[in-house]
Amino acid sequence: MTVTDDAPVGSGTPRSGEPLVELTEVQKYYGGLHVLQDIDLTVDRGEVVVVIGPSGSGKSTLCRTINRLEPIDSGRILVDGAPLPQEGRALARHRADVGMVFQSFNLFAHKTILQNVTLGPIKVRGLAKGEAETRARELLERVGVAQQADKYPAQLSGGQQQRVAIARALAMDPKVMLFDEPTSALDPEMIKEVLDVMVDLAERGMTMIVVTHEMGFARTAANRVVFMADGRILETTDPETFFTSPESDRAKDFLGKILKH
Amino acid sequence: MDDVFSNFDLVLKAFWMTVQLAVLSGVAAMVLGTLLAAMRVGPVAVLRTVASTYVTVVRNTPLLVMCVFVFFAAPNLGLLVGTPFLVKGTIAVGLYTAPFVAEAIRSGVNAVPLGQAEAARAIGMTFAQNMRHVVLPQAFRASVPPLASTLIAMTKNTSVVAVFGIMEATARMRYFVNRNADDTILIFVVFAIGYILLVELISLGAVGLERRWKAAR
Repeated sequence: MTVTDDAPVGSGTPRSGEPLVELTEVQKYYGGLHVLQDIDLTVDRGEVVVVIGPSGSGKSTLCRTINRLEPIDSGRILVDGAPLPQEGRALARHRADVGMVFQSFNLFAHKTILQNVTLGPIKVRGLAKGEAETRARELLERVGVAQQADKYPAQLSGGQQQRVAIARALAMDPKVMLFDEPTSALDPEMIKEVLDVMVDLAERGMTMIVVTHEMGFARTAANRVVFMADGRILETTDPETFFTSPESDRAKDFLGKILKH
Repeated sequence: MDDVFSNFDLVLKAFWMTVQLAVLSGVAAMVLGTLLAAMRVGPVAVLRTVASTYVTVVRNTPLLVMCVFVFFAAPNLGLLVGTPFLVKGTIAVGLYTAPFVAEAIRSGVNAVPLGQAEAARAIGMTFAQNMRHVVLPQAFRASVPPLASTLIAMTKNTSVVAVFGIMEATARMRYFVNRNADDTILIFVVFAIGYILLVELISLGAVGLERRWKAAR
């Protein structure tokens, strides 16, 4: 795979290991439903954290609070030491530094693949078009869809679209990448190509928070596994411990259900 | 009938006035309507209220009343005094059509999946950038059919300003009818054909846009 001048957060980076994303006593309600309860979570620079749990456990909501696509009711979220801004330009700047990959890809349907990747760098970062395109082509090459640069999203397979979505997020040079169930909408044979890109990203030292059901990815790429149920974090541990000897009954029950088939 | 054909330059001039009215009002209505639609889906509560109030008030007012306001009431208030009739007609028809355009575009905005706007926000776009580069371009595509209907209705609505002294097609038709009382049906047919041709241009434009945008996605 081509090595490019990607995010300078490799193992040699001196700042690696210090807290990058910090959530403290985060609470969120949907009406009367307490969807995030007393969430405390710190993700260090260069760390890959996988969030798993049964559906409705609040894991996607947790992921979306970090770039304030979901506002929280109380508590504190710091990214790189700075609290999340309120709505407006400051929030837009914050979001530019936090990459997000969605379950349903959400590529801009009216733009070509190349334009999807260059739009943010040009409009948000103010890059020149040529510069943005060169960088976009490098990223598309890296995720293996360079041949599709001039097509529209609807002409690509789900796996290809999701890899473009990853390239689009990377084009902003984010400090951290959020993945909200990135493979849940994919056919089985396309899941691997997306996970390969994510593993590569993890190996390059990108800080990642990944909501997923892919236990294989959690085992190979995660530094830590966060297990959520009913809006609470029940366990935070290394993947091996979690999969071999989970502490909580909910986790045992959950693992029993998903690993049986 | 001879009267119409021997004075056909008057007919053409009248339709030219109709075209000018339609194009100018159309541009005004599209600009104002897009702005209103953006305000209505935007994050600022005050602007949302302003836009929806405008839509409610103007959409529920007959065009003739709007014309009376622009041509007679406004000058009494010291506004639009000495403004050319063409400009006044454009203002009346443009203001009147804008809420219909706004609602057509808003229906298009609602047709754009939420994930599109979320993805734009996630890469750090402001609301204005999100609207301009992601949501509205797709909303326009989805609103071509209702927008075409709105603009067609507007083109025909320009005939209302005939009452206020603008010599556009309908006013000219009445002029010929008054001079040739026994030829009314044929005169009507000639002017109806003129309107049909104009309106058909809008329909063809809409079909062309839909075809082009269908290919590009």
